[in-house]
Amino acid sequence: MSLKRTDILICCGSGCVSAGSLKIKAKLIDELKKHDISDEINVIETGCMGPCDYGPVMMVYPEGVFYRNVSVDDVEELVDEHLLKGRPLKRLMMQDVDDKVYTKVSEIPFYKKQIKVALANCGYINPDKIEEYIALGGYEAIGKVLSEYSQQDTIDVVTKSGLRGRGGGGFPTGRKWQFCYDQKADYKYVICNADEGDPGAFMDRSILEGDPHRVLEGMMLAAYAIGAQKGYFYIRAEYPLAISRIKKAIVQAHELGLLGENIFGSNFCFDAEVRTGAGAFVCGEETALISSIEGRRGIPNAKPPFPAISGVWTSPTDVNNVETLADLSTIFTKGPDWFAGMGTETSKGTKVFALTGDVKNTGLVEVPMGVTLRELIFEVGGGIPNGKRFKAVQLGGPSGGCLTEDHLDTKIDYESLKAAGAMVGSGGVIVMNEDNCMVNIAKFFLEFTMEESCGKCIPCRVGLKQMYKIMERITSGNGKQGDIEELERLGKNICELSLCGLGQTAPNPVLSTIRYFRHEYESHINDKSCKTKVCLPLMHFFINKDKCIGCGLCSRKCPVSCILGSRDEKYFITQEDCIKCGNCMEVCPVSAISKIAGVGYKPIDDSDSIYG
Amino acid sequence: MKTLAELRKIREKAQQEMRLRQSDNRVKIVVGMGTSGIAMGAREVMKTIMEEVANRNLTDVLVTQTGEKGLSSMEPVIDVVEEGKQTVTYGNISPEKARKIVAEHIVNGKIVNDFVVTVQS
Amino acid sequence: MYEKIFKKYSPEKENLIYILHDIQDSDPQNYVSEDAVQKVSEFLRIPISHIYGVLTFYTMYSTKPRGKNVIRLCESPPCFLKGSEKILIQLCEMLNVKVGETTEDGLFTVELCACLGICGNAPAMMINEDVYGDLTDEKLIKIINDIKRRA
Repeated sequence: MSLKRTDILICCGSGCVSAGSLKIKAKLIDELKKHDISDEINVIETGCMGPCDYGPVMMVYPEGVFYRNVSVDDVEELVDEHLLKGRPLKRLMMQDVDDKVYTKVSEIPFYKKQIKVALANCGYINPDKIEEYIALGGYEAIGKVLSEYSQQDTIDVVTKSGLRGRGGGGFPTGRKWQFCYDQKADYKYVICNADEGDPGAFMDRSILEGDPHRVLEGMMLAAYAIGAQKGYFYIRAEYPLAISRIKKAIVQAHELGLLGENIFGSNFCFDAEVRTGAGAFVCGEETALISSIEGRRGIPNAKPPFPAISGVWTSPTDVNNVETLADLSTIFTKGPDWFAGMGTETSKGTKVFALTGDVKNTGLVEVPMGVTLRELIFEVGGGIPNGKRFKAVQLGGPSGGCLTEDHLDTKIDYESLKAAGAMVGSGGVIVMNEDNCMVNIAKFFLEFTMEESCGKCIPCRVGLKQMYKIMERITSGNGKQGDIEELERLGKNICELSLCGLGQTAPNPVLSTIRYFRHEYESHINDKSCKTKVCLPLMHFFINKDKCIGCGLCSRKCPVSCILGSRDEKYFITQEDCIKCGNCMEVCPVSAISKIAGVGYKPIDDSDSIYG
Repeated sequence: MKTLAELRKIREKAQQEMRLRQSDNRVKIVVGMGTSGIAMGAREVMKTIMEEVANRNLTDVLVTQTGEKGLSSMEPVIDVVEEGKQTVTYGNISPEKARKIVAEHIVNGKIVNDFVVTVQS
Repeated sequence: MYEKIFKKYSPEKENLIYILHDIQDSDPQNYVSEDAVQKVSEFLRIPISHIYGVLTFYTMYSTKPRGKNVIRLCESPPCFLKGSEKILIQLCEMLNVKVGETTEDGLFTVELCACLGICGNAPAMMINEDVYGDLTDEKLIKIINDIKRRA
């Protein structure tokens, strides 16, 4: 038994790493050495603890103290006060509105409503140590299944749990496994789809980095159920840490005989390897992914045949998302009824959501299906920062739609969101405040899907471009009557005629914003005005002469010299020449310059010109 | 890995290494490590207790520290906290006394009255 | 020249993506040259056109020489909402390049990319394999200067 008295867990998910957690770890190790207590304290790198906005974060056990927004400069005091004197640093702990310090993590609003299944070990274990995964019950599920369950039993358990694909499709996992199992073939494969390309989604990355063995065990359960001998982790190349963690996990599993021949003394033989992408969003689509694994361009194929029937190298292939696989071991250890006991009628269990955008607590959360948007955004998410108002929430990434204030009491489940014109998707939740232009946001998402289109089918390749051209005209002040209807017509056709999921869902952001924010489109087109003043051609800067003190600072800072005036006559902006850089507003010492919706001048109307 | 029994053996060993993070310990020994405690030798007491617990393989005992206990004249001070029982505070503890507390109170459940400062619920 | 890389893989088409990654990462100018493509074609016994098909499909590959440090700034909505446009403008001004160009000293190439998965710490960017989040003007200056110093 070791003589350690404290475990310090430092969140080293990519988010906290990007905020400097590795530097904090290094400083901590130095300080411990300085005070000669290195032998007593464990410093452990874990995966994502969840609240990115509070990062870098740390947990100190056995006290269970949660530290947030830790910086390298805090380390000295932390070691001195907490580790040497036993006095947790209150200023780095979470506080409620009355400045009362939360002593238990479970009291912190961010964690209160969460039930962790896929994220159970993330932020709690050292992902580089298979022993820690085993300590918490890891590989018990596959051991039990191989000893006691038939393949059909295994499929039945998953069907009973009600688990649906967590990557976005929401297809019942048990049914997919059944299709695969029913195929007679010499070789079958399992693919873990870790090509998480949705903007705003990072749950798969966090699970792979924070608890790689959980995903591996899930893959083994799937493989046993369908009769596969080989598994592929297809991980996007933008996730180097996830790639190295899974590779290490596979090596460790081999060393303990958890991969290879006759696992747990049964006839089940299985091996896994990592395959990477190279930067293509479309490779998240299963047939494109399979093309990529085979060394080709990631171009989707028409379905049927579905991969379950004919997948990689025409063998039956089960493609499951990272989170789906991560849910499996708990479904077997706690039972399918436990999982199905959470959620709604049609959407069972929990879902990991990535909260980003204009919300106080950005980060990763796992809640039971059926939680309302209001609970997710305002209770778990902490609401909108800086006193701004909530305007919209984009759900499901570029395939999803935007919902409004009116939808805040909608329960989050597959069917309810679909009915409202959005989707659960991968779980990305982008919150937007009143300062956002919904037309611009929709254009943004459309630009993304348009550029990621593989180009194979005309509705997607040409159609999205046409939609984008219209959106560009609208946001640059050249929108015309009929544009909205044309967008709707094009969008509907692209959804119905595209070959794969990318094209079939790409028009959703535009269609949903037209549905709920039509007035913004109309204002852009008819009034040539962007009320949120985001679309530069549809707004202008204006100097309030009553406030102006004539200092001339704005004029000097203007890169195109379009601000004229004098100390006595005050200053004004020549709108036709203004490039909307905003420098003037930034430098004005008396805040006399503001943004105004609408174009700042009337173009000269020369339709009456005698020159015709 | 040939059997579930093999897996469970690995699990038990690994759980030991992680017990600081688990909350299923039977007894918690809290050593006061405020400045006065440290000045009076609390660190040596702490080390001794940890060694005793390790040597005796007391897998359900946690040793941890806290700040100033406000009992400067009694330092070093230790608390023995047990679920469902009264917390016992011992004072003026030396490494030798600490060993006696581990042997009699922690292992045999007998409070060492000579060293007690307070007993509270 | 590429023997070391070829030794790691069996000469099958399915290994193309990884071979190209390795070749690009081992080239100080972070790209896959014509000569490299020729050698890969011989090793895997597949047409050059197929290799270019793959190279031009996936956005992480480059067929043109790039800087030693490839900066990929995320332009996806969560980063946009947190001000990635401003960061891009500042970056281009600092390095005196436009998007897609390489600095004169060959140290940096600026590219835009799709979501990096660091959305909780937006705006974010990757420089080669290192990730940087919560970018501000000051942070950007420090990161770039640190790399320049180490060069």
